[in-house]
Amino acid sequence: MTAPLNAVPADLRERVLAANAQRQPLRLRGAGTKDFYGEALDGEILDVTAWRGLITYDPSELVITARCGTALSEIEGALADCGQFLAFEPPRFGADASIGGVIAAGLSGPRRPYAGAARDFVLGATLLDASGNLLRFGGQVMKNVAGFDVSRLLCGSLGILGIITEVSLKVLPLPRAQSTLRLELSAADAIEAFNRWAGSPVPLSGAAWSQGCAWVRLSGAPAAVRAARERLGGEAIEAADANAFWNGLRDCRLPLLQRDVVWRLSIPSATPPLDLPGESVIDWGGALRWYADPPRDHDLRALAVVAGGTAMCWRGAAPAGRFHPLPSAVATLHARLKQRFDPHGIFNPSRLIVGL
Amino acid sequence: MTSADLAAELRAVLPTDCVLSQDEELRPYECDGLPVFRQRPALVVLPRDAQQVRQVLLTCNRLKVPVVARGSGTGLSGGATPHAHGVLLSCARMNRILAIDPKGRTARLEPGVPNLRVSEAAAVHGLYYAPDPSSQVACSIGGNVAENSGGVHCLKYGLTVHNVLGVRGFTMDGAALELGGCVADGPGLDLLALTIGSEGLLMVVTEVTVKLLPRPPCVRLVMASFAEVHHAADAVAAVIAAGIIPAAMEMMDRKATAAVEPFVQAGYDLSAAAILLVEADGTDEEVAEQVAEIEAVLRKCGASTLRVASSAAERALFWSGRKNAFPAAGRLAPDYYCMDGTIPRRHVGKVLDAIAAMELRYGLSCMNVFHAGDGNLHPVILFDANETGSWERADRFGAEILELCVQLGGTITGEHGVGVEKLNSMCVQFSSAERAAFEAVKEAFDPAGLLNPGKVIPTLARCAEYGRMRVHGGALPHADLPRF
Repeated sequence: MTAPLNAVPADLRERVLAANAQRQPLRLRGAGTKDFYGEALDGEILDVTAWRGLITYDPSELVITARCGTALSEIEGALADCGQFLAFEPPRFGADASIGGVIAAGLSGPRRPYAGAARDFVLGATLLDASGNLLRFGGQVMKNVAGFDVSRLLCGSLGILGIITEVSLKVLPLPRAQSTLRLELSAADAIEAFNRWAGSPVPLSGAAWSQGCAWVRLSGAPAAVRAARERLGGEAIEAADANAFWNGLRDCRLPLLQRDVVWRLSIPSATPPLDLPGESVIDWGGALRWYADPPRDHDLRALAVVAGGTAMCWRGAAPAGRFHPLPSAVATLHARLKQRFDPHGIFNPSRLIVGL
Repeated sequence: MTSADLAAELRAVLPTDCVLSQDEELRPYECDGLPVFRQRPALVVLPRDAQQVRQVLLTCNRLKVPVVARGSGTGLSGGATPHAHGVLLSCARMNRILAIDPKGRTARLEPGVPNLRVSEAAAVHGLYYAPDPSSQVACSIGGNVAENSGGVHCLKYGLTVHNVLGVRGFTMDGAALELGGCVADGPGLDLLALTIGSEGLLMVVTEVTVKLLPRPPCVRLVMASFAEVHHAADAVAAVIAAGIIPAAMEMMDRKATAAVEPFVQAGYDLSAAAILLVEADGTDEEVAEQVAEIEAVLRKCGASTLRVASSAAERALFWSGRKNAFPAAGRLAPDYYCMDGTIPRRHVGKVLDAIAAMELRYGLSCMNVFHAGDGNLHPVILFDANETGSWERADRFGAEILELCVQLGGTITGEHGVGVEKLNSMCVQFSSAERAAFEAVKEAFDPAGLLNPGKVIPTLARCAEYGRMRVHGGALPHADLPRF
């Protein structure tokens, strides 16, 4: 059903309508913790943080619905109180990060290969479009195939199609037991082991490699975690140290991920370590590779393409754009979607794609 | 353009045996799994590879001829109903498993590969493909992508959208598209998620890459009887509230168990108002733990009898009734009409009461099977198409159930799709601005509107007409129910 018009503050709609009438670009912003992310930051800032608060949360439905400006920390707090969590472990680049920003960026943390990505947990979203219409897609139920899946399309859209004013997310119960192991392994051996374990009934919830060590997180029923711990071996890590590592990885606070130039490669998980000097961190059981300060004469995009994936310049000066270029047929579809949802290009111009 | 001219154009770009044009050859394609909608297509083409698909699209695009893609034709919403002047593009001959990568745990498939065959082929590596629609013996991966198909294990393992990593194919103008791949994410908008469940309106898929999961070494099924449907519904919520995500959680009401029991002799408790089937999977240790917890919760919620399947054979037997519920409906009446609404779980009892009241009002019987864990209902309305007005009543009955689902914060379709069947109900769930947004998506991919036209998105005129018919004096039915 269409969201009632009072489901968004009048001033927000008025700003959008005025901007659309005057062809004035808007830069949609929550807490601004992801200002570093994207191609360009153009337009007048439109702060959406006043539009906040939980709308519904019934733990037995496994669904939470919140306004875009709601702090991620507030949502995670409410869920934790009921023994639940956001299983895609969205990165937190600041204390105030908003859920609207989380979904607009569509990023996921270390649990992603085993639990799913941000978009996998999006059940519904409400969009304020350039004409001031409030459009509701998806819903608050687990299964919903009515119409195109626009709510998942909005996840990772960086606001270029409009303002995500509300989201409904699937949540999960916190695992009963959790345990982290550390094993001394080369990167190549770690990748091989991560993929082997993922193909057998091991309750993985994290598999990363950094500085000569593989870190493996197990989550689930106590009996399953216990059995896997015995099978995998390695050193059991105290909860505080384990959390420090996984949070450092999730929130990109590990020292390597804070260097001046950091590249993020998304490639098939079983790909052996790339032939690249310098330091790296591996996450997502091998499917995500971080490289710091790669030598200038190495083309990371080309390396990623050869491996069957793509490369993003996460930090530092981005040659020819931060994101991996799109194939032309796909770029054409982006341009047409943008044209139809935001014909005057007022929402976050050039944030996702330069010139769009 | 006549069918003969069209056939000549297509035979110029395809091997002769790939084009069917004789009346008797076309007849098997005139409907999908929802046979109340029938239409003979102008032609049927059976391409053998992606390049032949592209040739069909280029030709039809040039001639402005509609194209309807079809997998195995098991869909339940008329999504593959042919277009009278269009080409029906069957993917049946594109049924090769192109590659299985046991290490990366992926499979690359042509669209015509039957769902179950993927798991069979992956079994040697201890892997399987999780989504398992009831029709999995026949239904194709391409069709699953088009419909974002579910199954009984969605609660834990998700829908097709959660298990497909990438697709290749073409837009109507023949442009090659590759969305996703063997990777976790990529740049730009998530067009892969948009394409999955787009019911063949955006592109024709010629290759699908799916994620494979390790086969759980242990699976156990608990069957519980309840004297009251409401108690069974509450038990479903209680299991989730206890922090348990079972592999599957299904409910059948007494009409459903009574219909299937003579067939399958699963040992269903026919004195129970409803039964629950709750499945746990994983390692031996965790399943033992989970089954004990599930039993405790169900007992507390008033389960009168509890049985745990003691063997794989018994588990298959308990499931067989659930999986054969639709065909068994054929025992009770000459025809049946299966609905597919989803509601927030907490309203399951309320909706069942409302359906019982509708049975009296429409003079038709309805049995209920559903994916209780997901709140996905499959009311099966029994009718006799030979009886005047019977189908119309069943159609109205179904539409009223869907309207109730929308009012309760749910949706008109959880997994079967809109197709042609639920065009009217789309007017109920979405505003004109929202439907315009769907049109915008359609135009971005298919500006000429030639791919599966007339499905999913109702026209403005249709909704206006439906609104006049449905809403009298501005009052929706069930005005007393809370809205969301």
